[in-house]
Amino acid sequence: MSQHEISVTVNSRLHRVRVPARLTLVDFLRDVLGLTGTHVGCEHGVCGACSVLLDGRPVRACLLFAVQADGAAVLTVEGLAPGADALGVLQDSFWETHALQCGFCTSGMLIAAHALLQETLNPTRKEIRTAIGGNLCRCTGYKQIVDAIELAAERLRSTNEARSGHGANP
Amino acid sequence: MKAVDFDYVRAASIADACRLLADAGEDGKLLAGGQTLVPLLAMRLARPSVLVDINFIAELQGVELDGEQLLVRACTRQATALADARVQHHAPLLAKALAFVGHDQTRNRGTVGGSLANADPAAEIGLAALTLDAEVLARSSAGERRIAVAEFFTGPMTTVLASGECLTAVRFPRRTLAGRVGTGFREMSARQSDFALVAVAVELALGTDGRCRYLALSVGGAGPKPLRVDAVSARLVDTGLADSDLDAAAAIVCQAIEPQTDILASAGYRRRLAGALAAQALAEARDEALDGRA
Repeated sequence: MSQHEISVTVNSRLHRVRVPARLTLVDFLRDVLGLTGTHVGCEHGVCGACSVLLDGRPVRACLLFAVQADGAAVLTVEGLAPGADALGVLQDSFWETHALQCGFCTSGMLIAAHALLQETLNPTRKEIRTAIGGNLCRCTGYKQIVDAIELAAERLRSTNEARSGHGANP
Repeated sequence: MKAVDFDYVRAASIADACRLLADAGEDGKLLAGGQTLVPLLAMRLARPSVLVDINFIAELQGVELDGEQLLVRACTRQATALADARVQHHAPLLAKALAFVGHDQTRNRGTVGGSLANADPAAEIGLAALTLDAEVLARSSAGERRIAVAEFFTGPMTTVLASGECLTAVRFPRRTLAGRVGTGFREMSARQSDFALVAVAVELALGTDGRCRYLALSVGGAGPKPLRVDAVSARLVDTGLADSDLDAAAAIVCQAIEPQTDILASAGYRRRLAGALAAQALAEARDEALDGRA
């Protein structure tokens, strides 16, 4: 029943809000902030649709209460795009390889892939499959998703080369 | 799929957590990584009236070398422990086991102590801790106590921890085993990252003559709690760990366990699986010790 004042940074914007203790982070993002790109699937930590980055690391937003994100920085799928009408390299690669059909898992897949590409721009297909191992997709059979992440890594590598060592972000 | 209403309190220290937990009585629950508790709340299988959040307590975080022990504090994230060079070096079996715990998204929140306190009979961390002769430290308003992992689990999802007690750390003996040491960890699950249908953990040491000097083997997922199979150690110590010895040990494992049939697998399948995984884990540990990689 308790209510709590929290400060949380979401996609670089600081929010100071009062939340009930039982409000999950994903419900906070969607229902309080209106960021509906993060999806709610199973609500008990199995499907990965609600994945977000918490202080730079991928987590399930349904297994965390908003009050626990007090003081943390959250990145959602909305934060991956360079602008409201533009796609990032990773998102564009998903479009290019038909890595989504219904789109329900896509935001979670993008977050998991983004986390991987922050660590390495040379992932093996096995590493890619491991990185999205916690995200369920019922449409694609996963192959196109792995293709998309591989393509994004390749594009980001060549961008880096073109900029002669100045890093690009996924 | 929404948790019932509860009060949330954030503990600032272990002493604070113990006091808040004691104040809450039987209706209080500690909230660590939440990777098991929060699903139980969402499904309303758990309905605590107070959650005591211990994630913000600095003295519950981190790994350190403490004399002959490797100390892993209770709220250390599984991902942090997995990436820690001291864990890999001083408790390689724990590092192997951690790689099987969930996946990145859950390891980034899930804690080492939380997995132990949760006491799922198929959980990997408890299995490794039992095999490594680890001990658990727990604190309550009455003081601190040490509990050998062999005496910690009492059955599925139950431990000797009292309701006002907080698990604070787990201590793994640093390897002082003479000779070449090897470890093996094998598991079968329905999907990568799921709890094990059966898992087997092995640690062994070889003498300079290549014969086995020390061996510990435990099985998880095949009974109400992880089981150390001492008869395997008796059979294999002083042998050269030939494949025929390992097969004999695997047969002992099949006989030692009392697996259950459930929705995921039959008791008979689990029994055969335990034998096969035991032989593989033993071979992995033996070959690692022979290579001198451990």
